[in-house]
Amino acid sequence: MKKLFAAASVLALSTTGVWAQELQIYNWGNYTNPKLIDKFEAETGIKVTITDYDSNDTALAKVKAGGHGFDIVVPSNSYIPIWVGEGLLMETRPDQMPNFKNVKAEFVDVDWDPGRHYTVPWQWGSTGVVVNTKYYDGDINTSAMFLDPPEELRGKINVVPEMGDVMSLSIMYYGGEPCTNDKEVLKKVRDGLVAAKQHWLGMDYGNLEKFAKEDLWAGVNWNGSTFRMRLQNENVNYGYPKEGFPLWMDSVAVLADAKNVEEAKTFQNFVMDPENAALISEFARYANGINGSEPFMPEDMKSAPEIVIPAELVEKGVFTPTCDPETQKLYTRIWTDLQK
Amino acid sequence: MAEVSAMSEPTAGALEREAERDDNRTRWLLSLPAMIIIVLAAAGPLLVMVVYSFLTPGDYGNVKWEFSTQAWVNTILQRDIFDDTLMWADAHLSIFWRSLSLSLITTVMAFAFGLPTAWFIATQPPGKREFWLFLVTVPFWSNLLVRTIAIQELIRAEGVINNLLLLLGIIDEPLQMMFTNFAIAFGMTYVYLPLMVLPIYAAVDKLDFRLVEAANDLYASRWRTFWRVILPLIKPGIIAGSILVFIPSLGAYVTPRVLGGGKNLMFGNLIELQFGQGRNWPLGAALSLMLMAAVMVSLIWYVRVTSRERSNV
Repeated sequence: MKKLFAAASVLALSTTGVWAQELQIYNWGNYTNPKLIDKFEAETGIKVTITDYDSNDTALAKVKAGGHGFDIVVPSNSYIPIWVGEGLLMETRPDQMPNFKNVKAEFVDVDWDPGRHYTVPWQWGSTGVVVNTKYYDGDINTSAMFLDPPEELRGKINVVPEMGDVMSLSIMYYGGEPCTNDKEVLKKVRDGLVAAKQHWLGMDYGNLEKFAKEDLWAGVNWNGSTFRMRLQNENVNYGYPKEGFPLWMDSVAVLADAKNVEEAKTFQNFVMDPENAALISEFARYANGINGSEPFMPEDMKSAPEIVIPAELVEKGVFTPTCDPETQKLYTRIWTDLQK
Repeated sequence: MAEVSAMSEPTAGALEREAERDDNRTRWLLSLPAMIIIVLAAAGPLLVMVVYSFLTPGDYGNVKWEFSTQAWVNTILQRDIFDDTLMWADAHLSIFWRSLSLSLITTVMAFAFGLPTAWFIATQPPGKREFWLFLVTVPFWSNLLVRTIAIQELIRAEGVINNLLLLLGIIDEPLQMMFTNFAIAFGMTYVYLPLMVLPIYAAVDKLDFRLVEAANDLYASRWRTFWRVILPLIKPGIIAGSILVFIPSLGAYVTPRVLGGGKNLMFGNLIELQFGQGRNWPLGAALSLMLMAAVMVSLIWYVRVTSRERSNV
C-alpha cells in the first residue's frame, strides 16, 4: 500500500508538480545563447533542455518520425510551409502575445507564415561567400568565388552542403530564379557546379576553426558564421553575390505534439522582448527581427559588414520559397551528381 | 469406475510425455527474452526497411502507402533529368565503387600494420602480452568522433605531421592531407586496426612453433616458412580480421564525412542524403538493403572459405 501511494505521488508530481516546469528545445547547433537560457530559467523557473540539429531536413525527418519529445523547433522560412502543411506545428497565435508589438513590420506579414499565426522571429541572415582576403584581393561580391574561382583560391574552397542555399546561389548566378524547374538553367547549374567542384577542398559544416586557422580560404557560408570567423581572423571577409543571394529567417515554433505547451508559448513571447532578442544576436551574430533590440547589442555588431547589407546590394537578396516536390527531386539528382 | 482410475493414475509413458512437454515449455519460456530481442531489434527494423523500399516517397520525407518498385529500379537505373533517356544510375554505382575500393584499401592497410603488431604481441613473454593487448584496446575507450577529430589535428595544414616535416626540412610547404582520400583511408585504418590485430593475435597465439622449427630444420627459407607454414595456419584469424574491418568500413559514415570533407559521398553518406535533404526514404531503404546484400555476400564467401579449410584438415 505504501509503495502504491509512493508511486501515485511520483506520478502526480510528474504531471502537475515541480517537474512539469520544463521545456525541450530542438534548435540548430551552436545557435542558442546560454545566457538567454539562464535568463529564461531565472525569470520563469522553467528548466530548459536543448538538443542540436545540423540541418532543416534532419529536424524535419526526426520530428516526422515521432517519439522525439521536443516542444520547440526553429526551422528556416522555406521549410515552415512544409511543417505547417504536414500538421507538425501548433497554431499558438504569437500575433496575440503581449510582446508581438516589438516585431519589425516587415517580418509580420511574411510569405511563409502570413500574420504570424505559428512562428516568432529568431534570427535572419543571408547565405553568401566567404573569402580570406590575404590570399585574394579582387571583388568578392560574386558567386564566382566558388562557381568560377580565381586561381589564387583554388583547392582551398569549402561549400556548405546545404542543398537549398547552394542551388539558389548557383541558379541565380546562371540567370534563373530560386526553385526554377527550367531545364536549360538547371543544366547550366549542374555542369557549372560539377566543373567547379574540382577546385573545392570540401563540402562540410562547422568550419569556423578551419577558416580561422587558414586551412580554408574561401567558400559558401552564412553571414553570422562568417562574422564569428572574422572575430578570430581579421582576413576573413563576407561577400554578397551581386548575381543574387538567398535570405533566410529561422523562426521559433511550437510542435503540434508538444507536452509543455504553456512553457513553449512563454518562450515564444520571451524571445520577442528586445533585450532577449539582443542576447540571441550577441551569441550567434545574426540580426533578429525585433525592434528596439539594437541598444542592447554589442557595439561591434551595429556596423558589422556581415550584418549591414551594402545599400546597392540590398535588393539582390531574396527570401527563398519552398520548392515543390518535383523540383526538389530534380535538385536532389543534381546534388547527387555533384557529389558522386 | 475403471475408466476414471485409468485417467487419475496415468501410465509411466504419459508421465514421461508430460515431463517432456513441461521441459519443452520451460525451454521456450527461457528463450523467449532472447527471441523477443531478436524479433524486435533485428528482424523488425529490417522488415520496416524492406516494406519502405517498396513504397512511394512522401512529398516532404516519410512515405506514402502506395506500392512502387521505383526505388529498387532507381538504385541501378535512372532517367536522365535533361533528356529523359534511361541509363545506369552511375552516381550510385560510382559512389558504391568508391566505398568498396576504400574499404578494400583499408582492409589491406589494416592487415599490413596488423599482422606485425599481432605477431609482436603474440611472441612476447606471456606475462607481457596482456599489457600490449591492453594498449591495443585503449582507443576503444573514447568516442569514434573524438578519435576522428584527433586525426584531423594530426594532418591539418598546421598540424603535427606537417610541422614536423617542415621542421626536418623534408617539405617546403604544408602537404594537403585533410579532405583527401588518403585522409579517409588513414583514418579508417587507424579506427579499425584493433579489429584486425585481435583475431590475428588469437591465431598466432595458438600457432604451434614446433612446426616452424621443423620447417627450419628441413632447410626451408624464412620466406618459404612464412608462406607455406605460418600463413596457412593463421589464415582463419586473417580472414576473420579482414571481415571485421571490411564490413564496418563499407558502411562507414563519420570518418569519411569528417576527414574526407564531404565532397565525395561514401555509400553511407548517400543513404543519409536520401533520408535527409533528398527526402526519398524508399530509395534510402533500397540502398541500405543493397549495402546489406554486399555485406552478406562477403560473409557467405567467408563461411565457404573457412568451411573448406576445415574439410581440408
